[in-house]
Amino acid sequence: MSALITPGAGAQAGVDAASQVAGEAGPPPGSPRRGRNRVSGQSRRMRWWHLFLIPFCFIWIYPFLWMVTAAFKTPAEMLLGGIGLWPNEWTLDNFVRAWTTGRFGEYTGNTLTFAIAVVVIQVLVASLAGYALREKTLPGRKIVMGVLVAAMFIPHGYTIIPVFQLVNALGLQDGLLGAAIAQAAPGLVVPVLLYVGFFSGIPNELGEAARVDGAGYLRTFRSVMLPLAKPVTGTVVLMNFIGAWNSFFIPLVFTLGRPELRTLGVGMYNFFGTDTTDWTGLAAGASIAIIPIVIVFLFLQRSFVEGIAGAVKS
Amino acid sequence: MTTAVMKAPTKPRAPSKTRARRQAVLWGWLFLVPLVVLFTAFSLWPIIASWGYAFFDWDGVGPPEVFVGLDNFREALNSSAFWNAFWNSFFFSLGALFVELPAALCLAMLLNNTLLRGRTFYRLAIFLPVVSTTAVIGLVIAVLLAPVGGVVNEVLLTIGFVDRPINFLGNPDIALPTLVVVDIWKGFGITLIYWLAALQTVPKDLYEAAKLDGAGARQQLANITVPVIMPIAVVILLLTFQRSLNTFDLVQAVTGGGPVFSTDVLPTYIYRYAFDANIAAPRYGFACAVGVIFGVFTLIITLLQGPLLAGRLKRSAQ
Repeated sequence: MSALITPGAGAQAGVDAASQVAGEAGPPPGSPRRGRNRVSGQSRRMRWWHLFLIPFCFIWIYPFLWMVTAAFKTPAEMLLGGIGLWPNEWTLDNFVRAWTTGRFGEYTGNTLTFAIAVVVIQVLVASLAGYALREKTLPGRKIVMGVLVAAMFIPHGYTIIPVFQLVNALGLQDGLLGAAIAQAAPGLVVPVLLYVGFFSGIPNELGEAARVDGAGYLRTFRSVMLPLAKPVTGTVVLMNFIGAWNSFFIPLVFTLGRPELRTLGVGMYNFFGTDTTDWTGLAAGASIAIIPIVIVFLFLQRSFVEGIAGAVKS
Repeated sequence: MTTAVMKAPTKPRAPSKTRARRQAVLWGWLFLVPLVVLFTAFSLWPIIASWGYAFFDWDGVGPPEVFVGLDNFREALNSSAFWNAFWNSFFFSLGALFVELPAALCLAMLLNNTLLRGRTFYRLAIFLPVVSTTAVIGLVIAVLLAPVGGVVNEVLLTIGFVDRPINFLGNPDIALPTLVVVDIWKGFGITLIYWLAALQTVPKDLYEAAKLDGAGARQQLANITVPVIMPIAVVILLLTFQRSLNTFDLVQAVTGGGPVFSTDVLPTYIYRYAFDANIAAPRYGFACAVGVIFGVFTLIITLLQGPLLAGRLKRSAQ
């Protein structure tokens, strides 16, 4: 799994450089180095791909470049149009406008609350369940696991209406907690399976040792097992935080008619619905919504990507 | 293994061991309670309940009382708006399966080559749309595609590719393909990572052995890469298919299903009947019926793909 990204840029650049050096030194007289030469020939051929990849990636991320730079342009400059990215005159007005009158400040707070609630619910519920389910002799284990796995493959269709009714019936419609539960619950399957996999791999002696030391079931879980499961917890937190931050459908449905609860995605949608001409304000709002999560991703991309890759393989 | 370790020494002091065991079971069940409650209430029950609601004419006020039998289903299946949304959803899947999957596989094979420098950078760049909020980046793209002042049209006009700006999202003939392209752009990174993960499962020595036997790149692809990644490819196909059918965020945020329902997909169709503020009263029963039809349809397609691909898998394994 980790092999997916282990040849990091640095190490790889080193290898490439080494083979290039060998190539540029000219064909050595002896035959023993012919192998390395062939590799350098291939790597030189690979270099042509950059002619395709660099423009391709530039166009690919152009919307992001436009968004970030337009957020610093004056509305007048935006009106003049042009395809230049770099602002002639830098301004922070767009951010101020988006943050206050566009209410993106409020939306950011709501999004954080929502995403944190989702992640807390998932880690708590999934780690407890995963620990219980690690025990293969637990009566009922097969049923629970079977239902979970089956639910993963059965398409849910559109079941939001009963969920909506249920949240209202529970009286949770006045805050983001109802929406957070609605977001967290269907996404529990993968975290539970991750925890089950991890806890099953811990040697039994460890639990035994904790018990000999006088720790009960709960204590063993809280003080020994859960801290050990940090890598799993990290993956679960990261993936679901990004998922919740970016979620749109659930927050949209649960904040209809409640503008004070809107998350960034929903807020953006309403902002665009009411004012389609304020492009620099829109760019600033979009930057507020997207840049934080992109930064989180860039710092932790390795485990995020590994999480996705691992989900497919298992 | 667990049982073997635990049961081996039980015989001599059975009573206390059984008690400890019973306690462990009780604790285990207690630990399962939150999962069972949440998952049943918010994931399983809604599936069952939406089947039930589908047989009622119900606006969500009070309990459903007016039982209408199969009327909701009949109405949906006879409605041209429903089939319009249905085929549009299907169009999104076609784009994902026939454009996104193969293109992502090609790029994954390129980025999997260790001789290529800057692979990590390229991978990150291509992954960037995946981690950004669909509704938000979708609106940014809507601005880029605007007929007046939009960057894309300005570029096209400047290089003389078109005489008049293209109204990408306002023209009913072009809006759907435009959204499909944006959707592919948005999800491409995930598919790429899936394929990279699949390619990483191919043992390196297989290629080495093939090279020694004088197999060319094409032969290696056909005889090593494809057979080895086939099992994962089935999963990737299913995941991509399910994701592409559930395109709600992009469509709702960017076009809302318009213009004149040309980009309406089943999720936005359902949403409109249940939650749109512009309709007089929500029709939860009808929306549930459409949801059920949608769910059944997805299930059938999923089941169809399953054995089909499993059969192919077996053949290639032999």
